[in-house]
Amino acid sequence: MEYKNYLNETIMNVKPSGIRRFFDIVSEMDDVISLSIGEPDFKTPWHVRKAGIDSLENGKTWYSPNRGFKNLCQEISAFVDRKYSLTYDPESEVLVSVGGSEALDIAIRCIVNPGDEVLMHQPSFVCYEPLTMMCGATPVVIDTKEENSFRLTAQELESAITPKSKLLILSYPNNPTGAILRKEDLEALAEVVIRHDLIVISDEIYSELTYSGKHVSIATIPGMRERTVVINGFSKAFAMTGWRLGYAMGPKEIIAMMTKLHQYCIMSAPTVAQYAAIEALKNGDKDIEKMRNEYDMRRRLVVGTFNAMGLECFEPNGAFYCFPCIKSTGLTSEEFCTKLLSSKKVAIVPGNAFGDCGEGFVRVSYSYSLKHLKVALSRIKEFLEEL
Amino acid sequence: MDKLLRLLSENSSYSTKELSMLLGDTEENINNSIKNLEKQGIIKGYRAVINWEDVQDSGVTAYIEMKVTPQRQTGFDEIAERVMSFEEVSSVYLMAGTYDLAVIVKGDTIQEVSSFVARKLSAMDGVLSTATHFILKRYKDDGVILSDNANDERCMQF
Repeated sequence: MEYKNYLNETIMNVKPSGIRRFFDIVSEMDDVISLSIGEPDFKTPWHVRKAGIDSLENGKTWYSPNRGFKNLCQEISAFVDRKYSLTYDPESEVLVSVGGSEALDIAIRCIVNPGDEVLMHQPSFVCYEPLTMMCGATPVVIDTKEENSFRLTAQELESAITPKSKLLILSYPNNPTGAILRKEDLEALAEVVIRHDLIVISDEIYSELTYSGKHVSIATIPGMRERTVVINGFSKAFAMTGWRLGYAMGPKEIIAMMTKLHQYCIMSAPTVAQYAAIEALKNGDKDIEKMRNEYDMRRRLVVGTFNAMGLECFEPNGAFYCFPCIKSTGLTSEEFCTKLLSSKKVAIVPGNAFGDCGEGFVRVSYSYSLKHLKVALSRIKEFLEEL
Repeated sequence: MDKLLRLLSENSSYSTKELSMLLGDTEENINNSIKNLEKQGIIKGYRAVINWEDVQDSGVTAYIEMKVTPQRQTGFDEIAERVMSFEEVSSVYLMAGTYDLAVIVKGDTIQEVSSFVARKLSAMDGVLSTATHFILKRYKDDGVILSDNANDERCMQF
């Protein structure tokens, strides 16, 4: 059979992730220290796991309501109020999803029509572009710059806007750069967004991992709540990646649309994960604090060591990545990563995996124990000396 | 707990430079803090964490529960000091519960430890009884999991 005659053209046209090949090499090598991983090295806190186990022991294995358990939505609403001064009605403005990923997908699908332009900044997480293409909409990529601390500026946004622009996807704290947006940056962006009557999807999955003051959500800027969908989840804050649980919050008209789509394609998020998540939100503040302090120490060690090695490293203030510039070595990002992997068995990710403008950088995840980080950093140092 | 002490207790081979990055402080301040902690006797020394399980002929270790009679003036301190003065004894703790002192004794053979307990520890004035337990296998010592070959099981996602 000539399968390409039977398969969906849009999906066939989505570029396969270029980095997959590199990941496959890594997975077949022994003794590799991988600083390429985008998830916490911590295990889910025991009391949270226990809540999941208890729900199974008690036989609570049925579907939940489409939008998630009512008390989970209430806990989410209380949590984001306490943490970010975001106020959402748990009954109509919160939707529990399968990871932040599902929430992103259905939010984009509920907002854009074919032909709309979707503004997105890079370097960034890789799913925004394909998800936009899946809707027949056009991704408009804005390159952020190191000299602006990888922040999207109001001017950069303004100059990318056309009459077809409908949606802006914001992704801060940012994977892979570790950049964050301050309140004044958000205010400047909000002014442009409102003037051009855009909608915003704000992916704030790393909001609990900031190291220079508390995270600010764009939905708290005056005039923005009504035109913003905030996406968040449990993976990064509570080290719950494998539980696959996230949530979306926004105006009830948008959340109702998303709930309709969610109901048809997913039905409801995993029940066991929802019970665990209720416990995490109720009693997990100390766990977050402990993990954040640990990441912060690692962050300073990794950034300081890169700078000392002569690889200039922008100071990341969020997430658990740093994004050193490797242009001084004369190698491309992929050459750097491939050579480092084969000669020193340390895996990191080429910056161009996160958009063309990531060329000349590499993403180093510090979501690993100090013991491993120390060994990996000394191997990178040897590698640079031997170049 | 003090972050500097926590880091050093996990790995005493951190350089001052590494500690200064980890703690976000100057190397000079870190050096001064360490000197002060040493002077105050809070840092007693630096040594390697050894997995004796994998060392041949590393001897035997016994955990001994002792019931003793406290002395009128000094309570348990005097007898504890006499116990800890033996070089065979590596740790002594005063306990709450059904016995008074927990004593860890190391020796080359079971016979050697047994004879130490029988002839020296039990024979001391004020000792009412002892119960000796030999350690068969170490799984975790002082926070370090000894058989820790855990692989990084995480998958590569973005």
